[in-house]
Amino acid sequence: MALNPSPADAPAASRGIVKRLLAWFKTWEGLLLGILIVVLIVNSSAVPAYLSPGNQVNLFILYIEKIIIALMMTFIIINGEIDLSVASLMGLAAGTMARLFEAGVPSGVAVVAALGLGLLCGAFNGFWVAYIGLPSLVVTLAGLITYRGLTWVLIEDRSISTLPAWLNDLGQKPLVGSLPLALILFFGLAVLAYIVLQFSGFGRYVYAIGINSDVARYSGVNVRRVKMTLFIASGFVASLAGLLYAARLGAVRSSTAEGFELDIITMVLLGGVSIFGGSGTLRGVLLSILIILNLRNGMGLAYLSANVQTGVIGLLLILSVLIPNLAGSARAALARRREARIAEAD
Amino acid sequence: MTSLRRSIRPEQIRELILILVIVALLLFFGTQISDYFGARTFTRISTSIAILAVVAVGETLVFLTRNYDLSVGSIVGFTAFFVGTQLQFYHGIPPLAAVLMAVGIGAMMGAFNGLLVAYGRVPAIIVTLGTMAIYRSALVEYPGNKIVQISALPAWVQDFSSANVLEVGTFELRLIVAIALAVVIIAQLMLMYLPYGRRLYAIGSNPEAARVAGFPSQRIVFIAFILSGALAGLAGFMFLGRFGNLTVVAAMGTELQAVAAVVVGGTSTLGGSGTALGSLLGATLIGVLDQSLRRWPLISEFWRDAMLGILILLAVAGDRAIVDRLRTIWARSELQLGAANSALPQEDNIHGS
Repeated sequence: MALNPSPADAPAASRGIVKRLLAWFKTWEGLLLGILIVVLIVNSSAVPAYLSPGNQVNLFILYIEKIIIALMMTFIIINGEIDLSVASLMGLAAGTMARLFEAGVPSGVAVVAALGLGLLCGAFNGFWVAYIGLPSLVVTLAGLITYRGLTWVLIEDRSISTLPAWLNDLGQKPLVGSLPLALILFFGLAVLAYIVLQFSGFGRYVYAIGINSDVARYSGVNVRRVKMTLFIASGFVASLAGLLYAARLGAVRSSTAEGFELDIITMVLLGGVSIFGGSGTLRGVLLSILIILNLRNGMGLAYLSANVQTGVIGLLLILSVLIPNLAGSARAALARRREARIAEAD
Repeated sequence: MTSLRRSIRPEQIRELILILVIVALLLFFGTQISDYFGARTFTRISTSIAILAVVAVGETLVFLTRNYDLSVGSIVGFTAFFVGTQLQFYHGIPPLAAVLMAVGIGAMMGAFNGLLVAYGRVPAIIVTLGTMAIYRSALVEYPGNKIVQISALPAWVQDFSSANVLEVGTFELRLIVAIALAVVIIAQLMLMYLPYGRRLYAIGSNPEAARVAGFPSQRIVFIAFILSGALAGLAGFMFLGRFGNLTVVAAMGTELQAVAAVVVGGTSTLGGSGTALGSLLGATLIGVLDQSLRRWPLISEFWRDAMLGILILLAVAGDRAIVDRLRTIWARSELQLGAANSALPQEDNIHGS
């Protein structure tokens, strides 16, 4: 993406730290940081206690399941694929767990079975994408419909609210200090994802395949295994998030987590990850997560309905790709004009 | 054998297979559901296919250019709701004006998608995932009663769903079914004979080559999105006429059914191949399954969505496994033929679709 050079691409270190900082602000991540600061200032001027730790923790808790999945989605999109089935898998995992527990299966077994089902569904997606070579958009769209459909078969039009007590406690009560399990899991996963993506060999493969999977394959990267691993992990993380969501709400319905994929994909793309794969960083995604959380909260404070908020997120999704595109064309046009001028001068 | 190969293309075999599957399904459900073969079942299935078929034809045009339109469900819902609300308050709106209003609003929404995809170079999946949310949220926020009730609509709208154009014995051809058939036929003719239709295939099969050949690619994609939106608008009007009572979740999920119909109907997800007729067959298969599962006592009707998803996957995987292989065989025999009588111009090779 044209607007996304890393700080290292900026002019050499001799220019001094101020200029380097300025150069970083001109990158996509700098822009995100700027937006975040504006949103925070606007919000905290409207509500005095906005920046208090309590409120910020609450903010995270409200969207924790989505942002956990966004971490995994970052890998998948950088890899040049997409997983539209995550929200349906959340519902299916939660539904399976609730249904099994309702039928008298021990709670631990029900939870493990739901997580196992997530692995299995992820492997199912991955099989068609990695080994058969079908486009992930179609495979996971079919997954979106199938997994949601299976949830309907399981729960029909009821609402199951008899969940294991320990699970409800984990989802609703703080575990360490004021942090519940989901938040601690998120921080753990975020650190793990950051290390794997930016510093491990596997992370380099993910980028290499996203840039050009043929070249990666000819260079000896096991493209199939990397893609398969990613989809299995995505299925597992989605089912984990589904269980966390059920535990937090204390009830499961067939429509649990419906439509969450929109928010999740927006978080990743707004963070500067290219939809065509091969570029983007977790740092950008974390910044965009902060923006979306605070923006949603701010819109809520301004009494905008959840529905309008979703519309705004949709607009943001489009703008996050449109703006870099337009900036890229503008820059290219400027460069052309400059070249033409130089040619004239010669 | 060679002459047979030259007169039938793999795409036609796929359509034939689809017809066989539909017939087999009908025969199967005939043994399972009492009073299945009759005028009532025909009416029920054909009217349920009509709206989906119109949306699917628009989706086909977009698919041919290697793009997607996931916002059609929201467009159907919004136009149905908007036109319904207008008719609720002003009974005097003439029918033609109401239809044109629906088509016009749909076209505008499609144009917004097309503008962003073709000229803004934003991937269609991003644009339409976004506009799906935006159009739906416009519908929910639309000031009005938040609900359209059939009793408050003008009489001609109330009669729309039961209007017939043709009656043979007890079999009735409903007006909305006739509209859908007309849309399919016009679109199929356009795809086969109009330069614009042929260009859709050209762009989808090789965008780079189409650009180099001097096709106005951006405009062609832009127009495909406008047409898809306009047809979704028309479907929105049909939706209003068929159901009358609407809430803000009207036509939610139609985009998934449309994509399913298009893919099951044999249109390639990589663009450049597919027909409007195939999408009608795809919609028919979905409609038959949908309506029959509702009445099949053996399994719960909640299986419908799960089956739809599996159907899409089977269609795409089957395509990869069978049709691609067939196409290779065809291409090879064409090559041999071409070598044998290379002096003759090979008109058939240009079909390309």
